[in-house]
Amino acid sequence: MKICKVVGNVWATRKQACLNNHTLLLVAPYDTETGKTKGETVMAVDVVGAGKGNIVLVNDEGNSARGMLEQPVAGIRTVVCGIVDESLLDGKHRKFH
Amino acid sequence: MNAAKVIGRVVATAKWKTLEGKTLLLLQPTDWSGRAKGDIIVAADSVGAGAGEFVFYVKSREACFSWLSGDKQLLDEMPPLDATVMGIIDGVDMIDDDDGKVKDGK
Repeated sequence: MKICKVVGNVWATRKQACLNNHTLLLVAPYDTETGKTKGETVMAVDVVGAGKGNIVLVNDEGNSARGMLEQPVAGIRTVVCGIVDESLLDGKHRKFH
Repeated sequence: MNAAKVIGRVVATAKWKTLEGKTLLLLQPTDWSGRAKGDIIVAADSVGAGAGEFVFYVKSREACFSWLSGDKQLLDEMPPLDATVMGIIDGVDMIDDDDGKVKDGK
């Protein structure tokens, strides 16, 4: 899993049925020390109700994605599966909301 | 899932049986604002996307999962694909309170 920041969202009318009724979020890997995003922005399916600006946990693995969505053959790999409250690194507490 | 622009089609007569009936598109991967990024790839189309359209696609093993019927993962049904177009993007909304930190999307 990665800590990411929700930097946007995507809307699409024509899409595969497995994506129906799910929010499509754009997430960028987030550095908790500097508070900056870095690396490639990807699209993830939201299952926890995260919104723009939230710091989230992103799981990029298909088997668990299909499990969370209860769809055994969905073509989905990247899922936002948690909203980060705080982190502790090198004795430093950081709160994110 | 990543964004791409459809730039063309590929036709192959001799192909593996599970690839039959699938449209193969040429995609130019882009960032979420539509700027080209990286090498052109071939992806199967599951939504009827045409040339010039801004789409999103899924990579790796999940690309073949979206083609399976029923609720079982049958190995002999799995097409040899590493990218499938999953949808056509109507719009993208990016936050801009980030003072340029979102390198990829802004």
